[in-house]
Amino acid sequence: MTICNLYIFDKYGTLLYYGEWNRLKHSGITKDEEAKLMYGMLFSIKSFVSKISPMDPKAGFLHYKTNKYALNYLELPSGVKFVLNTDNTSTGIREFLQTIYSKLWVEYVVRNPLWTMGTPVTSDLFEAKLNEFVKQSPLYGSKII
Amino acid sequence: MVIYGVYIVNKSGGLIFNLDHNLPKIETEKTFSYPLDINLDYEGKKVSVAFGQRDGINVGHTLISVNGVHVNGTALEDGRDAKEVIENKDNYPLTLKFSRPKMTTNEKIFLASMFYPLFAIASQLSPEPKSSGIEVLEADTFRLHCFQTLTGVKFMIVAENLQPGIDVLLRRIYELYADYVLKNPFYSLEMPIRCELFDTNLQALLDQVEKGGVVSA
Repeated sequence: MTICNLYIFDKYGTLLYYGEWNRLKHSGITKDEEAKLMYGMLFSIKSFVSKISPMDPKAGFLHYKTNKYALNYLELPSGVKFVLNTDNTSTGIREFLQTIYSKLWVEYVVRNPLWTMGTPVTSDLFEAKLNEFVKQSPLYGSKII
Repeated sequence: MVIYGVYIVNKSGGLIFNLDHNLPKIETEKTFSYPLDINLDYEGKKVSVAFGQRDGINVGHTLISVNGVHVNGTALEDGRDAKEVIENKDNYPLTLKFSRPKMTTNEKIFLASMFYPLFAIASQLSPEPKSSGIEVLEADTFRLHCFQTLTGVKFMIVAENLQPGIDVLLRRIYELYADYVLKNPFYSLEMPIRCELFDTNLQALLDQVEKGGVVSA
């Protein structure tokens, strides 16, 4: 049970927030480039999923897993995208992401009059609340090496 | 047990084998009166639904027939233009048939080569060291399992979400590939697979799995 990192994108692909907890490997490119690569990959996965799906998809892409980690994806109708990397055995991450959206994002970012839409979030309050929330979650366990 | 399709991609990302196993046919026919209550999009090479989902006709579905006359792209089989027929008030009531667009072979090749970079980027963006590429990709309507062999060939199965035992099935398909494709003297590596024995054995395996039979290693 580990939470590695969290990306929040808006509908235009701007990285609004990046949080990191247990990350052992860095991709070797700048954060900006990494965000673009991540958004590009998600965009392609979305189109891939909508084409290869045998039925009409509703929520579309949910998550993928490799042998080391799982990438969980939550997209809201407004186009805000939450991407959370965890280890590949955790469950209930979708609900966790939905709570981050409704209890933290809406409360401390959307309702903050000093935040302009489409710009990276710099609010200390959001960051502190998010950290607190993540660290209290049962998903956030100690890293087994 | 529902398996929708099997794909095999060679190490350079080219689709060398594809089998549609159990694709559901999604078609809806409905009689409309004037004016049409769904918005159609006539751009591109087909007529598709742009807005206004109802009665099983969803956004993205394409028009396949008008009053029973088949539609080829944007034109009817009898030569009339689909847009002109649909927008003319005198033609109503009209019976339109829509279906979820089927993938053409070209689109499948395109998708297979699209999965290749996704697989690579997933391993590059990993927060953990030495991660593999995507092994399972889940969406709300299906789950894609991918198994990459040591030689770089990828076997992919698109199946129903809660389908167990796919990992074993992937390795069984790899076995069939090793037996019937690689041992076929007329098969050249990296090229599309056209081996009858492989086709029949794979079909038999999928039928067996679908009946609920446990795949033995």
